[in-house]
Amino acid sequence: MTRACNHCDGLSRSRLLHRALAQAGSGLPAIEPGMPLPAGTGLTRRKFLATSLGAAVAVYGGSRLGFGALEEGIAAAAAGPAAPILVSVFLEGGADGLSVLSPQGDPLYRKLRPQLALTGGTALTEDDRLYWHPALGGLQQLYAEQKVTVLPAVGYTHADQSHFTSRHYWEVGATQANLRTGWLGRYLDRVGKNDNPLQGLSLDDTLAPALATAKVPVASISGADQYDFYSERVWGQVEERMLEAIGLLGHQPADAGLRAAGNVAAQVDRLRRQLIPFQSSNGFSSPVPYPQADDPFPQRLAGLAAMLAAGLPLHCVALTAPGEYDTHAGEPSALTQGLQLTSDSLVAFQRDLEARGLADRVLVHVWSEFGRRAAENGDSGTDHGAAGVGFLVGTRVTGKMVGEFPGLQKGLDGDGNVSATSGFRSVYASLLEQWFGVDAAAVLPKAASFTRPKLVA
Amino acid sequence: VWRGKFDVARAERLLWRAGFGPRPGEAQKLARLGLDGAVHKLTHPGREHLVGHRPHDERGLPLAPFDAWGHDHVWWLDRMVRTSRPLVERMTLLWHDWFATSNSGVGSQRLMLNQNHLFRERGLGSFHELLLDVTQDPAMLLWLNGSDNSKDSPNENYAREMMELFTLGADRGYTENDVRQQARALTGFRNSWNQNTGPVNFRYDPQYHDTGRKTIFHHHGRFTWKDSCRLCVTHPDHASFFVRKLWSYFVAGAPDHATQRALERLYKSSRYEVRPVVAAILRHPALYTGARLVKPPVVYNAGLLRRIRRGIDTTAWTWLDSMAGQQLFYPPNVAGWDDTRWLDTATWRGRWWIAQYVLDRHALDPGHAHQPYDAKKLLDQACEFWHHPPLGRDTRQALHTFAQRALHDAKGESWKREQYPVMIQNALRQLIAVSPELQAA
Repeated sequence: MTRACNHCDGLSRSRLLHRALAQAGSGLPAIEPGMPLPAGTGLTRRKFLATSLGAAVAVYGGSRLGFGALEEGIAAAAAGPAAPILVSVFLEGGADGLSVLSPQGDPLYRKLRPQLALTGGTALTEDDRLYWHPALGGLQQLYAEQKVTVLPAVGYTHADQSHFTSRHYWEVGATQANLRTGWLGRYLDRVGKNDNPLQGLSLDDTLAPALATAKVPVASISGADQYDFYSERVWGQVEERMLEAIGLLGHQPADAGLRAAGNVAAQVDRLRRQLIPFQSSNGFSSPVPYPQADDPFPQRLAGLAAMLAAGLPLHCVALTAPGEYDTHAGEPSALTQGLQLTSDSLVAFQRDLEARGLADRVLVHVWSEFGRRAAENGDSGTDHGAAGVGFLVGTRVTGKMVGEFPGLQKGLDGDGNVSATSGFRSVYASLLEQWFGVDAAAVLPKAASFTRPKLVA
Repeated sequence: VWRGKFDVARAERLLWRAGFGPRPGEAQKLARLGLDGAVHKLTHPGREHLVGHRPHDERGLPLAPFDAWGHDHVWWLDRMVRTSRPLVERMTLLWHDWFATSNSGVGSQRLMLNQNHLFRERGLGSFHELLLDVTQDPAMLLWLNGSDNSKDSPNENYAREMMELFTLGADRGYTENDVRQQARALTGFRNSWNQNTGPVNFRYDPQYHDTGRKTIFHHHGRFTWKDSCRLCVTHPDHASFFVRKLWSYFVAGAPDHATQRALERLYKSSRYEVRPVVAAILRHPALYTGARLVKPPVVYNAGLLRRIRRGIDTTAWTWLDSMAGQQLFYPPNVAGWDDTRWLDTATWRGRWWIAQYVLDRHALDPGHAHQPYDAKKLLDQACEFWHHPPLGRDTRQALHTFAQRALHDAKGESWKREQYPVMIQNALRQLIAVSPELQAA
């Protein structure tokens, strides 16, 4: 990948980074020279360009560094060797594993699911009891290409059935209620840079807890939002001074509540200046079509591929999948909608990466906080369960099932929930060691006690 | 009980914690009552009367809170702005967060507003009765699948959240078996569907109730939904949960051990009445000496409007408050809003835009208005506009620095010396509104 030389002209670092992105990216927007000024506002061109190109990037934990340092850190990291990328995709609410991969070949399935049982479709080559949900045609195709590893019953023993608790365990990588850093956050604390917030990126309105770090900065980008500020009848130089003054409000009073408000004002000030030149909606082009949807998920993935192609120094990325998975009622339609868009988007993302020659650098991990009860609840729905389904997607995955489907006869626990045949912490340990190449013991509590399934070919 | 001076600053803090901040002169009036008098007035407000102009949308038409998108939000915001019973309205908001029900799962603004009315009517009464009412509230029955829960197909959603989020706290004093047994006890609620109007005819139908024996918290019996509520409220771990959660809405940081115990005793001895516990919290020294709390976005928004006596004349507040992280009737999940995380770089920008919209029609025209070419006078006038909010020295210094720098830019050109002070005045009002002192109280 070619890259602009870092010291060849008088451009600011910021402009340099912008230019490097525009050149390296296959379609990220160059700064458009002919962009019109809004009539009569008195805005300067510099400012208008900046505000019109900025995405709303929230930086977490970089408060010791000025925006210039972060920007230089990003530029420096972008010039370094390309890191492997892990993309975490969360099916929020507890996806019903027994519908995602329906055990139609299990004699008890129809008894436990008289209303909800799915029929037909395609069985997995590795286990002819299990059938792909009809909305997952895309994943099924990738599976046939050996680009999907299936985890039919992943979780942990004595699964907690609270959304919040179980999700927390998965996020922190331990069954510890008080752990405050995410498993990816602790990994980044070990290997990350203290000036590159893009190394841990949430494509969401707020930071994914799995990325929460103790030391190094990470970031979230909500999408195409523009990070602009305006006040009626304040223009030109006065407006510039007003916006600068946001930073002046970020002083450090003794009162904790005031300090919180002041700190955010200081962050806002930095962020307003640190504008990163990409837009996720229409500002870049993708080599493959993505699904059209109200949900931002496909566009976020499209933007992610464009950012990777542009050489932005991403490392761990987290997104929430579209759809409602807490299907206590009305499960068939809700699940179909969510799975369809998730699967179609992931396939488009995979093809995009392949077209851009980036596929070998990216591994996608799809997970949910638990599965659902084996017996349906009678409202066309299912209640909270234990083990659920997971997937790993990418050209470098083994494509070999991890843990078997335990069967509905012997594979249910005392509560009638599917028992786990693979552990989420085992998956994390393998990803840390086989994908990132670090010792899992440095990141995961009790790492030695977990098996290491082979996940990366 | 707070024994220190109950001055205007403390009265103002009380009005922020127990309401939506003062209208001009209100803090002074309240301070004259003394602490006990002030708390009594807030907790025994009498009949509500609404002060100020009736709300309307940007075209001057009345709001349609049952029907038009976003009108539900501004309808309630109007109550917050105009009410004579700020604590009642604040408790309504508190219960909306506590029993967080989202219209994203209910799909009926009418049912959501009915639930809102329930919180307003019952918010200072008995928690036990409130829980009973919430359990059979149609919006809640839809939201947590209560009317899908029947003896043949128990649905655990409400049973679980009732204990985890509403009465006991996660993993406190109940087991997975209790969840299942509670779900059985809670069976029997039904509703019908009408193709045109959606969910209708909410009822309790004994035919759908599981009359069998249940074991809940080691008690045995043929429990019904009323027993279910009673067992939660009388559970030994309930009072501590209730007190800690209620306290967290009013005071930064957890109560000390003695306070926690005293409030628990008060709560139990009053037979689960909310009003005495709230009154005790409002009179507690920690409320006046502790750190400030970041205002929830709607409190911030209503407070700015009250400060300048502006009523609801646009529905823009719906999306603006949503930008700041709080669209009423749409809490992010069943656990409600996270009151420790109101502010981040995105929601702060939402507050900037709220302030911008509050100010827009007051913006002075640099071509016509006149303002002094003097930083201090400009700042004093901007404070005057907001009726003298309590700004700290650092903030005043920051604003003064801004005004001076901007005035300096105007040197040398006569049109700038005319127009810049006007724009600086507009900018100062904006900056005051987003200053730390107006974000946290």
